[in-house]
Amino acid sequence: MTLAPILKIESLHVAFRSRELGQEAKLAVKGLNLAVSPGEVFGFLGPNGAGKTTTMNVLLGFVPPTSGNAFLFGVNVREPIARQRIGYLPELTYYYKFLTAEEILRFYAKIFGLRSSLADQRINSILKLVELDHARKRPIKTYSKGMQQRVGLAQALINNPDLLILDEPTSGLDPVGRMKVREIIQRLKNDGKTVFFSSHELGEVETVCDRVAILCDGQLKAEGKVEQLVRAYQCTTLEQVFLKIIDYKLAA
Amino acid sequence: MSAAAKRFRTIIDFRREIAPIGSGLAGLTAAAPSALRNIHAIGGIVIKELCRRKDFYVLFVLTALITALMGSVSFFNEVKVVRYVKEICLLLIWISSLVIAITTAARQIPFERENRTLFPLLAKPVTRGQVALGKFWGCWLATGLALFVFYLFFIVVSATRDHDLALVASLQALTLHWCMLGVVIAITVLGSLVFAAPSSNNTITIVVVAGILLLGRHLNKVALRLDEPLQSILYSIYYIIPHLELYDMRDLLIHSWGSIPWLVWLGAIAYAIVYAVLFLFAACLVFQRKPVN
Ligand SMILES: Nc1ncnc2c1ncn2[C@@H]1O[C@H](COP(=O)(O)OP(=O)(O)OP(=O)(O)O)[C@@H](O)[C@H]1O
Ligand SMILES: [Mg+2]
Repeated sequence: MTLAPILKIESLHVAFRSRELGQEAKLAVKGLNLAVSPGEVFGFLGPNGAGKTTTMNVLLGFVPPTSGNAFLFGVNVREPIARQRIGYLPELTYYYKFLTAEEILRFYAKIFGLRSSLADQRINSILKLVELDHARKRPIKTYSKGMQQRVGLAQALINNPDLLILDEPTSGLDPVGRMKVREIIQRLKNDGKTVFFSSHELGEVETVCDRVAILCDGQLKAEGKVEQLVRAYQCTTLEQVFLKIIDYKLAA
Repeated sequence: MSAAAKRFRTIIDFRREIAPIGSGLAGLTAAAPSALRNIHAIGGIVIKELCRRKDFYVLFVLTALITALMGSVSFFNEVKVVRYVKEICLLLIWISSLVIAITTAARQIPFERENRTLFPLLAKPVTRGQVALGKFWGCWLATGLALFVFYLFFIVVSATRDHDLALVASLQALTLHWCMLGVVIAITVLGSLVFAAPSSNNTITIVVVAGILLLGRHLNKVALRLDEPLQSILYSIYYIIPHLELYDMRDLLIHSWGSIPWLVWLGAIAYAIVYAVLFLFAACLVFQRKPVN
Protein backbone atom coordinates (compact mmCIF):
# COMPACT_ATOMS: atom_id res chain seq x y z
CA MET A 1 0.00 0.00 0.00
CA THR A 2 1.53 3.34 -1.01
CA LEU A 3 0.30 6.29 0.95
CA ALA A 4 0.11 9.96 0.17
CA PRO A 5 3.18 11.58 1.73
CA ILE A 6 2.61 13.27 5.07
CA LEU A 7 5.38 15.77 4.36
CA LYS A 8 6.18 16.92 0.88
CA ILE A 9 8.63 19.47 -0.42
CA GLU A 10 8.55 20.44 -4.09
CA SER A 11 11.51 22.18 -5.76
CA LEU A 12 12.01 24.42 -2.78
CA HIS A 13 14.31 27.41 -3.08
CA VAL A 14 15.03 29.72 -0.19
CA ALA A 15 17.09 32.85 -0.67
CA PHE A 16 18.02 35.24 2.13
CA ARG A 17 18.43 38.78 1.00
CA SER A 18 21.72 40.22 2.06
CA ARG A 19 21.69 43.18 4.43
CA GLU A 20 24.56 44.90 2.66
CA LEU A 21 23.91 46.59 -0.62
CA GLY A 22 25.37 45.05 -3.73
CA GLN A 23 25.84 41.65 -2.09
CA GLU A 24 24.16 38.69 -3.71
CA ALA A 25 21.30 36.92 -2.00
CA LYS A 26 22.36 33.85 -0.02
CA LEU A 27 20.75 30.70 -1.39
CA ALA A 28 20.20 28.48 1.63
CA VAL A 29 18.11 25.81 -0.11
CA LYS A 30 18.41 25.04 -3.80
CA GLY A 31 15.67 23.05 -5.47
CA LEU A 32 14.93 20.57 -2.72
CA ASN A 33 12.47 17.75 -3.38
CA LEU A 34 11.52 15.48 -0.54
CA ALA A 35 8.63 13.24 0.48
CA VAL A 36 8.13 11.49 3.79
CA SER A 37 5.48 8.80 4.12
CA PRO A 38 3.32 8.28 7.19
CA GLY A 39 4.99 6.10 9.81
CA GLU A 40 8.54 6.76 8.70
CA VAL A 41 11.41 7.93 10.84
CA PHE A 42 13.32 10.20 8.53
CA GLY A 43 16.79 11.52 9.26
CA PHE A 44 17.68 14.87 7.75
CA LEU A 45 21.45 15.16 7.65
CA GLY A 46 24.04 17.58 6.46
CA PRO A 47 27.03 19.58 7.63
CA ASN A 48 26.65 22.89 9.49
CA GLY A 49 25.02 25.49 7.31
CA ALA A 50 23.63 22.93 4.86
CA GLY A 51 20.11 24.34 5.11
CA LYS A 52 18.42 21.83 7.41
CA THR A 53 17.02 24.38 9.85
CA THR A 54 16.01 26.64 6.99
CA THR A 55 14.03 23.80 5.41
CA MET A 56 12.29 23.12 8.71
CA ASN A 57 11.58 26.83 9.10
CA VAL A 58 9.78 26.71 5.77
CA LEU A 59 7.76 23.69 6.91
CA LEU A 60 6.66 25.63 9.97
CA GLY A 61 5.82 28.78 8.06
CA PHE A 62 8.52 30.96 9.66
CA VAL A 63 10.30 31.55 6.37
CA PRO A 64 8.35 31.91 3.13
CA PRO A 65 9.70 29.84 0.24
CA THR A 66 11.35 31.96 -2.45
CA SER A 67 9.91 29.47 -4.91
CA GLY A 68 8.50 25.98 -4.69
CA ASN A 69 6.02 24.59 -2.23
CA ALA A 70 5.81 22.56 0.94
CA PHE A 71 2.91 20.56 2.25
CA LEU A 72 2.10 18.88 5.55
CA PHE A 73 -0.76 16.38 5.45
CA GLY A 74 -1.41 17.60 1.93
CA VAL A 75 -2.07 21.15 3.18
CA ASN A 76 0.17 24.00 2.07
CA VAL A 77 2.32 25.14 5.00
CA ARG A 78 1.06 28.67 4.45
CA GLU A 79 -2.17 27.63 6.21
CA PRO A 80 -1.83 27.66 10.01
CA ILE A 81 -4.11 24.62 10.19
CA ALA A 82 -1.33 22.54 8.59
CA ARG A 83 0.34 22.75 12.01
CA GLN A 84 -2.61 21.29 13.96
CA ARG A 85 -1.16 17.79 14.07
CA ILE A 86 2.56 18.43 14.26
CA GLY A 87 4.97 18.70 17.12
CA TYR A 88 8.04 20.87 16.70
CA LEU A 89 11.24 21.04 18.69
CA PRO A 90 13.35 24.07 17.78
CA GLU A 91 17.10 23.81 17.33
CA LEU A 92 17.74 25.91 20.39
CA THR A 93 15.18 25.66 23.12
CA TYR A 94 13.70 28.86 24.40
CA TYR A 95 10.59 29.02 26.52
CA TYR A 96 8.95 31.58 28.75
CA LYS A 97 11.38 31.48 31.63
CA PHE A 98 8.94 32.88 34.15
CA LEU A 99 6.53 29.97 33.68
CA THR A 100 6.82 26.51 35.16
CA ALA A 101 6.98 23.42 32.95
CA GLU A 102 3.42 22.62 33.88
CA GLU A 103 2.15 26.10 33.04
CA ILE A 104 3.85 26.20 29.68
CA LEU A 105 2.40 22.83 28.72
CA ARG A 106 -1.04 23.95 29.82
CA PHE A 107 -0.69 27.08 27.68
CA TYR A 108 0.21 25.08 24.58
CA ALA A 109 -2.56 22.57 25.33
CA LYS A 110 -5.01 25.47 25.34
CA ILE A 111 -3.78 26.58 21.93
CA PHE A 112 -4.47 23.12 20.61
CA GLY A 113 -7.94 23.30 22.10
CA LEU A 114 -7.53 20.35 24.45
CA ARG A 115 -10.18 19.94 27.12
CA SER A 116 -8.68 20.64 30.52
CA SER A 117 -9.20 17.11 31.86
CA LEU A 118 -7.49 15.65 28.82
CA ALA A 119 -4.76 18.28 29.05
CA ASP A 120 -4.06 17.43 32.71
CA GLN A 121 -3.85 13.77 31.93
CA ARG A 122 -1.50 14.36 29.03
CA ILE A 123 0.68 16.81 30.92
CA ASN A 124 1.13 14.26 33.68
CA SER A 125 2.13 11.47 31.36
CA ILE A 126 4.44 13.64 29.24
CA LEU A 127 6.22 15.10 32.24
CA LYS A 128 6.81 11.57 33.48
CA LEU A 129 8.03 10.53 30.04
CA VAL A 130 10.63 13.29 29.83
CA GLU A 131 11.44 12.93 33.53
CA LEU A 132 10.59 16.44 34.60
CA ASP A 133 7.89 15.42 37.02
CA HIS A 134 9.95 16.45 40.04
CA ALA A 135 10.54 19.96 38.66
CA ARG A 136 7.10 20.67 37.25
CA LYS A 137 6.30 23.46 39.70
CA ARG A 138 9.60 25.28 39.27
CA PRO A 139 10.08 28.18 36.87
CA ILE A 140 11.98 27.21 33.72
CA LYS A 141 14.70 29.74 34.45
CA THR A 142 15.91 27.41 37.21
CA TYR A 143 16.35 24.47 34.81
CA SER A 144 19.61 23.13 33.44
CA LYS A 145 20.17 23.09 29.68
CA GLY A 146 19.26 19.44 29.36
CA MET A 147 16.09 20.00 31.37
CA GLN A 148 15.14 22.87 29.07
CA GLN A 149 15.73 20.63 26.08
CA ARG A 150 13.34 18.14 27.65
CA VAL A 151 10.73 20.86 28.12
CA GLY A 152 11.09 21.35 24.38
CA LEU A 153 10.42 17.71 23.74
CA ALA A 154 7.46 17.77 26.12
CA GLN A 155 5.82 20.73 24.37
CA ALA A 156 6.33 19.02 21.02
CA LEU A 157 4.31 16.05 22.26
CA ILE A 158 1.46 17.91 23.95
CA ASN A 159 -1.03 17.59 21.08
CA ASN A 160 -0.25 13.91 20.52
CA PRO A 161 1.03 14.85 17.06
CA ASP A 162 1.08 12.55 14.07
CA LEU A 163 4.17 14.22 12.65
CA LEU A 164 7.15 15.36 14.69
CA ILE A 165 9.66 17.81 13.31
CA LEU A 166 12.68 17.76 15.58
CA ASP A 167 15.70 19.96 14.97
CA GLU A 168 18.66 18.25 16.63
CA PRO A 169 16.65 16.71 19.47
CA THR A 170 19.67 15.23 21.24
CA SER A 171 21.95 18.26 21.24
CA GLY A 172 22.91 19.24 24.75
CA LEU A 173 21.81 15.96 26.33
CA ASP A 174 23.98 13.54 28.24
CA PRO A 175 24.36 9.92 27.01
CA VAL A 176 21.42 8.77 29.10
CA GLY A 177 19.32 11.65 27.81
CA ARG A 178 20.22 10.78 24.23
CA MET A 179 19.26 7.18 24.74
CA LYS A 180 15.99 8.33 26.25
CA VAL A 181 15.24 10.47 23.18
CA ARG A 182 16.03 7.52 20.93
CA GLU A 183 13.63 5.43 22.97
CA ILE A 184 10.94 8.06 22.66
CA ILE A 185 11.41 8.23 18.90
CA GLN A 186 11.20 4.45 18.73
CA ARG A 187 8.03 4.51 20.78
CA LEU A 188 6.47 7.15 18.56
CA LYS A 189 7.29 5.03 15.55
CA ASN A 190 5.64 2.01 17.13
CA ASP A 191 2.56 4.16 17.65
CA GLY A 192 2.48 4.83 13.92
CA LYS A 193 3.77 8.40 14.14
CA THR A 194 6.05 10.03 11.62
CA VAL A 195 9.28 11.62 12.78
CA PHE A 196 11.33 14.02 10.68
CA PHE A 197 14.49 15.04 12.47
CA SER A 198 17.88 16.54 11.87
CA SER A 199 20.97 15.34 13.68
CA HIS A 200 24.72 15.30 13.60
CA GLU A 201 24.89 12.03 15.53
CA LEU A 202 25.18 9.62 12.66
CA GLY A 203 25.43 6.51 14.82
CA GLU A 204 22.16 7.43 16.42
CA VAL A 205 20.57 8.12 13.05
CA GLU A 206 21.67 4.74 11.82
CA THR A 207 19.89 2.95 14.64
CA VAL A 208 16.53 4.73 14.54
CA CYS A 209 15.98 5.95 10.97
CA ASP A 210 14.11 4.19 8.20
CA ARG A 211 15.36 6.61 5.64
CA VAL A 212 17.79 9.49 5.51
CA ALA A 213 18.51 12.43 3.25
CA ILE A 214 21.87 14.13 3.10
CA LEU A 215 21.81 17.80 2.31
CA CYS A 216 24.90 19.76 1.43
CA ASP A 217 25.08 23.41 0.55
CA GLY A 218 21.33 23.56 0.10
CA GLN A 219 21.20 20.66 -2.33
CA LEU A 220 20.02 17.12 -1.81
CA LYS A 221 23.04 14.85 -2.28
CA ALA A 222 21.67 11.46 -1.34
CA GLU A 223 18.43 9.95 -0.15
CA GLY A 224 17.32 6.46 0.74
CA LYS A 225 17.44 3.65 3.26
CA VAL A 226 20.63 3.54 5.32
CA GLU A 227 21.60 0.05 4.03
CA GLN A 228 21.01 1.13 0.45
CA LEU A 229 23.23 4.18 0.82
CA VAL A 230 25.94 2.22 2.55
CA ARG A 231 25.91 -0.30 -0.26
CA ALA A 232 25.70 2.25 -3.06
CA TYR A 233 28.69 4.17 -1.74
CA GLN A 234 30.60 0.98 -0.87
CA CYS A 235 31.02 1.94 2.75
CA THR A 236 30.43 0.17 6.05
CA THR A 237 28.81 2.96 8.08
CA LEU A 238 26.61 5.95 7.46
CA GLU A 239 29.39 8.17 8.72
CA GLN A 240 31.64 7.03 5.92
CA VAL A 241 28.90 7.69 3.39
CA PHE A 242 28.44 11.15 4.81
CA LEU A 243 32.13 11.97 4.63
CA LYS A 244 32.37 10.58 1.14
CA ILE A 245 29.52 12.76 -0.05
CA ILE A 246 31.13 15.85 1.37
CA ASP A 247 34.53 14.91 -0.04
CA TYR A 248 32.91 14.26 -3.36
CA LYS A 249 31.63 17.79 -3.32
CA LEU A 250 35.08 19.15 -2.48
CA ALA A 251 36.71 17.22 -5.32
CA ALA A 252 34.15 18.35 -7.87
CA MET B 1 -4.91 -1.47 15.60
CA SER B 2 -1.88 -2.28 13.53
CA ALA B 3 0.74 0.33 12.81
CA ALA B 4 -0.15 0.40 9.12
CA ALA B 5 -3.82 0.98 9.87
CA LYS B 6 -2.89 3.74 12.31
CA ARG B 7 -0.81 5.43 9.65
CA PHE B 8 -3.68 5.32 7.24
CA ARG B 9 -6.00 6.79 9.86
CA THR B 10 -3.62 9.70 10.32
CA ILE B 11 -4.30 11.23 6.94
CA ILE B 12 -7.98 10.34 6.86
CA ASP B 13 -8.54 11.89 10.31
CA PHE B 14 -6.65 14.99 9.36
CA ARG B 15 -8.67 15.45 6.18
CA ARG B 16 -11.86 15.15 8.16
CA GLU B 17 -10.67 17.53 10.83
CA ILE B 18 -9.66 20.32 8.50
CA ALA B 19 -12.38 19.77 5.93
CA PRO B 20 -14.77 22.38 7.35
CA ILE B 21 -12.01 24.93 7.60
CA GLY B 22 -11.02 26.53 4.36
CA SER B 23 -14.50 26.16 2.89
CA GLY B 24 -16.03 29.62 2.94
CA LEU B 25 -18.45 30.78 5.59
CA ALA B 26 -18.68 27.40 7.30
CA GLY B 27 -14.91 27.55 7.65
CA LEU B 28 -15.05 30.99 9.20
CA THR B 29 -17.53 29.99 11.88
CA ALA B 30 -15.48 26.89 12.63
CA ALA B 31 -12.26 28.90 12.93
CA ALA B 32 -13.61 31.80 15.01
CA PRO B 33 -13.74 30.03 18.40
CA SER B 34 -10.19 28.77 18.01
CA ALA B 35 -8.98 32.28 17.14
CA LEU B 36 -10.59 33.73 20.27
CA ARG B 37 -9.22 30.88 22.36
CA ASN B 38 -5.70 31.47 21.07
CA ILE B 39 -5.91 35.22 21.62
CA HIS B 40 -7.14 34.68 25.14
CA ALA B 41 -4.44 32.10 25.92
CA ILE B 42 -1.67 34.40 24.65
CA GLY B 43 -3.15 37.26 26.66
CA GLY B 44 -3.02 35.06 29.75
CA ILE B 45 0.74 34.69 29.37
CA VAL B 46 1.15 38.47 29.23
CA ILE B 47 -0.78 38.86 32.46
CA LYS B 48 1.19 36.10 34.18
CA GLU B 49 4.44 37.74 33.16
CA LEU B 50 3.32 41.12 34.43
CA CYS B 51 2.25 39.66 37.77
CA ARG B 52 5.61 37.97 38.19
CA ARG B 53 7.55 41.12 37.44
CA LYS B 54 7.67 43.81 40.05
CA ASP B 55 7.10 47.00 38.00
CA PHE B 56 3.42 47.26 38.62
CA TYR B 57 3.70 46.89 42.37
CA VAL B 58 6.45 49.49 42.47
CA LEU B 59 4.36 52.01 40.56
CA PHE B 60 1.34 51.38 42.69
CA VAL B 61 3.20 51.69 45.96
CA LEU B 62 4.87 54.84 44.67
CA THR B 63 1.54 56.40 43.73
CA ALA B 64 0.02 55.45 47.07
CA LEU B 65 3.00 56.78 48.99
CA ILE B 66 3.19 60.13 47.22
CA THR B 67 -0.55 60.67 47.52
CA ALA B 68 -0.51 59.73 51.18
CA LEU B 69 2.39 62.09 51.76
CA MET B 70 0.59 64.95 50.03
CA GLY B 71 -2.55 64.13 51.96
CA SER B 72 -0.83 64.19 55.31
CA VAL B 73 0.41 67.73 54.72
CA SER B 74 -3.03 69.22 55.22
CA PHE B 75 -4.40 69.28 58.73
CA PHE B 76 -7.20 71.70 58.04
CA ASN B 77 -9.00 69.87 55.28
CA GLU B 78 -9.35 73.02 53.26
CA VAL B 79 -11.18 72.71 49.97
CA LYS B 80 -8.10 73.82 48.06
CA VAL B 81 -5.85 71.24 49.64
CA VAL B 82 -8.32 68.47 48.99
CA ARG B 83 -8.39 69.43 45.32
CA TYR B 84 -4.67 69.52 45.27
CA VAL B 85 -4.38 66.02 46.70
CA LYS B 86 -6.92 64.68 44.24
CA GLU B 87 -5.12 66.34 41.38
CA ILE B 88 -1.77 64.87 42.36
CA CYS B 89 -3.29 61.44 42.82
CA LEU B 90 -4.96 61.52 39.39
CA LEU B 91 -1.86 62.85 37.68
CA LEU B 92 0.17 60.01 39.17
CA ILE B 93 -2.44 57.52 38.09
CA TRP B 94 -2.33 58.85 34.54
CA ILE B 95 1.41 58.77 34.33
CA SER B 96 1.72 55.34 35.94
CA SER B 97 -0.95 53.80 33.76
CA LEU B 98 0.62 55.18 30.60
CA VAL B 99 4.04 53.95 31.65
CA ILE B 100 2.70 50.48 32.45
CA ALA B 101 0.70 50.28 29.22
CA ILE B 102 3.47 51.48 26.91
CA THR B 103 6.41 49.64 28.45
CA THR B 104 4.46 46.38 28.75
CA ALA B 105 3.08 46.46 25.24
CA ALA B 106 6.32 47.65 23.66
CA ARG B 107 8.41 44.78 24.93
CA GLN B 108 6.00 41.90 24.18
CA ILE B 109 6.72 40.96 20.58
CA PRO B 110 10.38 42.13 20.47
CA PHE B 111 11.12 40.02 23.55
CA GLU B 112 9.40 37.02 22.03
CA ARG B 113 11.64 37.42 19.00
CA GLU B 114 14.79 38.06 20.96
CA ASN B 115 14.25 35.14 23.32
CA ARG B 116 13.00 33.10 20.39
CA THR B 117 9.92 32.00 22.31
CA LEU B 118 8.00 33.11 19.24
CA PHE B 119 9.13 30.03 17.33
CA PRO B 120 7.59 27.25 19.39
CA LEU B 121 4.48 29.42 19.57
CA LEU B 122 4.17 30.04 15.82
CA ALA B 123 4.80 26.33 15.22
CA LYS B 124 1.39 25.76 16.77
CA PRO B 125 -1.79 26.39 14.79
CA VAL B 126 -1.65 30.10 15.59
CA THR B 127 -1.57 32.96 13.12
CA ARG B 128 0.67 35.96 13.58
CA GLY B 129 -2.41 38.14 13.72
CA GLN B 130 -3.61 36.12 16.69
CA VAL B 131 -0.27 36.63 18.41
CA ALA B 132 -0.48 40.41 17.93
CA LEU B 133 -4.10 40.49 19.10
CA GLY B 134 -3.30 38.23 22.05
CA LYS B 135 -0.54 40.57 23.14
CA PHE B 136 -2.91 43.51 22.88
CA TRP B 137 -5.60 41.67 24.79
CA GLY B 138 -3.25 40.67 27.61
CA CYS B 139 -1.78 44.15 27.97
CA TRP B 140 -5.20 45.76 27.90
CA LEU B 141 -6.65 43.43 30.53
CA ALA B 142 -3.59 43.89 32.72
CA THR B 143 -3.78 47.67 32.55
CA GLY B 144 -7.49 47.42 33.26
CA LEU B 145 -6.70 45.51 36.41
CA ALA B 146 -4.07 48.08 37.39
CA LEU B 147 -6.47 50.95 36.67
CA PHE B 148 -9.13 49.35 38.82
CA VAL B 149 -6.75 49.22 41.76
CA PHE B 150 -5.60 52.79 41.13
CA TYR B 151 -9.15 54.19 40.94
CA LEU B 152 -10.21 52.26 44.00
CA PHE B 153 -7.40 54.00 45.78
CA PHE B 154 -8.51 57.34 44.36
CA ILE B 155 -12.08 56.79 45.47
CA VAL B 156 -10.89 55.98 48.97
CA VAL B 157 -8.70 59.09 49.01
CA SER B 158 -11.44 61.40 47.81
CA ALA B 159 -14.03 59.81 50.09
CA THR B 160 -11.92 60.32 53.18
CA ARG B 161 -10.84 63.84 52.21
CA ASP B 162 -13.87 65.15 50.39
CA HIS B 163 -16.70 63.12 51.90
CA ASP B 164 -17.88 62.82 48.33
CA LEU B 165 -17.82 59.39 46.72
CA ALA B 166 -18.48 60.54 43.13
CA LEU B 167 -18.92 56.90 42.19
CA VAL B 168 -20.57 57.42 38.83
CA ALA B 169 -18.06 60.01 37.68
CA SER B 170 -15.18 57.82 38.85
CA LEU B 171 -16.62 54.86 37.01
CA GLN B 172 -16.92 56.90 33.82
CA ALA B 173 -13.41 58.24 34.25
CA LEU B 174 -12.11 54.72 34.78
CA THR B 175 -13.80 53.25 31.72
CA LEU B 176 -12.80 56.12 29.44
CA HIS B 177 -9.26 56.02 30.77
CA TRP B 178 -9.18 52.30 30.04
CA CYS B 179 -10.46 52.79 26.49
CA MET B 180 -7.83 55.47 25.92
CA LEU B 181 -5.17 53.02 27.09
CA GLY B 182 -6.58 50.50 24.60
CA VAL B 183 -5.76 52.91 21.78
CA VAL B 184 -2.33 53.59 23.29
CA ILE B 185 -1.59 49.86 23.56
CA ALA B 186 -2.71 49.28 19.99
CA ILE B 187 -0.37 52.05 18.82
CA THR B 188 2.45 50.54 20.87
CA VAL B 189 1.92 47.03 19.50
CA LEU B 190 2.00 48.45 15.99
CA GLY B 191 5.13 50.40 16.88
CA SER B 192 6.81 47.29 18.27
CA LEU B 193 6.43 45.67 14.86
CA VAL B 194 7.56 48.69 12.87
CA PHE B 195 10.55 49.79 14.92
CA ALA B 196 13.21 47.20 15.57
CA ALA B 197 14.40 48.15 19.05
CA PRO B 198 11.96 48.15 21.97
CA SER B 199 13.66 51.17 23.52
CA SER B 200 13.20 53.32 20.44
CA ASN B 201 9.60 52.20 20.24
CA ASN B 202 9.13 53.13 23.90
CA THR B 203 10.46 56.61 23.33
CA ILE B 204 8.59 57.22 20.11
CA THR B 205 5.28 56.02 21.53
CA ILE B 206 5.68 58.05 24.71
CA VAL B 207 6.48 61.18 22.69
CA VAL B 208 3.54 60.62 20.34
CA VAL B 209 1.06 59.91 23.13
CA ALA B 210 2.28 62.78 25.27
CA GLY B 211 2.17 65.02 22.21
CA ILE B 212 -1.41 64.09 21.48
CA LEU B 213 -2.44 64.50 25.12
CA LEU B 214 -0.80 67.90 25.55
CA LEU B 215 -1.07 69.47 22.10
CA GLY B 216 -3.76 67.48 20.29
CA ARG B 217 -6.57 69.90 20.99
CA HIS B 218 -4.56 72.96 19.99
CA LEU B 219 -3.30 71.74 16.63
CA ASN B 220 -6.13 73.32 14.66
CA LYS B 221 -5.53 76.69 16.33
CA VAL B 222 -1.84 76.47 15.57
CA ALA B 223 -2.67 75.54 11.99
CA LEU B 224 -4.70 78.72 11.54
CA ARG B 225 -1.58 80.84 11.94
CA LEU B 226 0.49 78.87 9.44
CA ASP B 227 0.99 79.25 5.70
CA GLU B 228 0.13 76.64 3.13
CA PRO B 229 1.03 73.82 2.68
CA LEU B 230 1.92 73.52 6.38
CA GLN B 231 -1.58 74.56 7.32
CA SER B 232 -3.23 71.73 5.38
CA ILE B 233 -0.70 69.24 6.70
CA LEU B 234 -1.33 70.24 10.29
CA TYR B 235 -5.07 70.24 9.70
CA SER B 236 -4.97 66.71 8.30
CA ILE B 237 -2.88 65.59 11.26
CA TYR B 238 -5.46 67.17 13.53
CA TYR B 239 -8.24 65.19 11.88
CA ILE B 240 -6.31 61.93 11.60
CA ILE B 241 -4.84 61.49 15.07
CA PRO B 242 -6.87 59.82 17.81
CA HIS B 243 -7.76 62.61 20.23
CA LEU B 244 -6.73 60.90 23.44
CA GLU B 245 -7.05 64.15 25.40
CA LEU B 246 -10.84 63.80 25.13
CA TYR B 247 -10.63 60.89 27.54
CA ASP B 248 -9.18 63.01 30.30
CA MET B 249 -11.92 63.44 32.91
CA ARG B 250 -9.58 64.61 35.63
CA ASP B 251 -11.01 68.11 35.93
CA LEU B 252 -14.50 66.73 36.47
CA LEU B 253 -13.27 64.57 39.32
CA ILE B 254 -11.04 67.20 40.90
CA HIS B 255 -13.73 69.87 41.00
CA SER B 256 -16.55 67.40 41.69
CA TRP B 257 -18.44 68.58 38.63
CA GLY B 258 -20.37 65.35 38.38
CA SER B 259 -20.70 62.87 35.55
CA ILE B 260 -21.03 63.24 31.79
CA PRO B 261 -24.10 62.16 29.75
CA TRP B 262 -24.03 58.45 29.06
CA LEU B 263 -24.50 59.03 25.34
CA VAL B 264 -21.29 61.03 25.21
CA TRP B 265 -19.62 58.27 27.19
CA LEU B 266 -20.80 55.66 24.68
CA GLY B 267 -19.66 57.78 21.75
CA ALA B 268 -16.21 58.14 23.26
CA ILE B 269 -15.95 54.37 23.69
CA ALA B 270 -16.98 53.81 20.09
CA TYR B 271 -14.39 56.35 18.93
CA ALA B 272 -11.67 54.52 20.86
CA ILE B 273 -12.74 51.15 19.47
CA VAL B 274 -12.53 52.44 15.91
CA TYR B 275 -8.98 53.68 16.41
CA ALA B 276 -7.82 50.60 18.34
CA VAL B 277 -9.19 48.34 15.59
CA LEU B 278 -7.46 50.40 12.90
CA PHE B 279 -4.08 50.25 14.63
CA LEU B 280 -4.42 46.55 15.40
CA PHE B 281 -5.38 45.80 11.84
CA ALA B 282 -2.27 47.60 10.67
CA ALA B 283 -0.20 45.67 13.24
CA CYS B 284 -1.52 42.33 11.93
CA LEU B 285 -0.70 43.34 8.36
CA VAL B 286 2.84 44.41 9.25
CA PHE B 287 3.46 41.24 11.28
CA GLN B 288 2.15 39.04 8.47
CA ARG B 289 4.75 40.48 6.09
CA LYS B 290 7.67 40.50 8.48
CA PRO B 291 10.23 37.67 8.26
CA VAL B 292 10.62 36.24 11.74
CA ASN B 293 13.93 34.42 11.77
N1 LIG C 1 18.08 34.75 8.44
C1 LIG C 1 19.11 34.44 7.66
N2 LIG C 1 19.69 35.39 6.90
C2 LIG C 1 20.72 35.09 6.08
N3 LIG C 1 21.24 33.86 5.96
C3 LIG C 1 20.72 32.86 6.69
C4 LIG C 1 19.62 33.10 7.59
N4 LIG C 1 19.31 31.93 8.18
C5 LIG C 1 20.17 31.01 7.69
N5 LIG C 1 21.02 31.56 6.81
C6 LIG C 1 22.08 30.87 6.04
O1 LIG C 1 21.52 29.75 5.40
C7 LIG C 1 22.42 28.66 5.43
C8 LIG C 1 21.74 27.45 6.02
O2 LIG C 1 21.52 27.64 7.39
P1 LIG C 1 20.77 26.59 8.31
O3 LIG C 1 20.57 27.19 9.63
O4 LIG C 1 19.58 26.10 7.58
O5 LIG C 1 21.85 25.41 8.41
P2 LIG C 1 21.76 24.03 9.19
O6 LIG C 1 21.83 22.97 8.17
O7 LIG C 1 20.60 24.01 10.10
O8 LIG C 1 23.11 24.04 10.00
P3 LIG C 1 23.45 23.50 11.51
O9 LIG C 1 23.78 22.08 11.37
O10 LIG C 1 24.63 24.31 11.89
O11 LIG C 1 22.26 23.76 12.35
C9 LIG C 1 23.62 29.12 6.24
O12 LIG C 1 24.65 29.44 5.33
C10 LIG C 1 23.16 30.35 6.96
O13 LIG C 1 24.19 31.27 7.08
MG1 LIG D 1 20.34 23.84 12.09
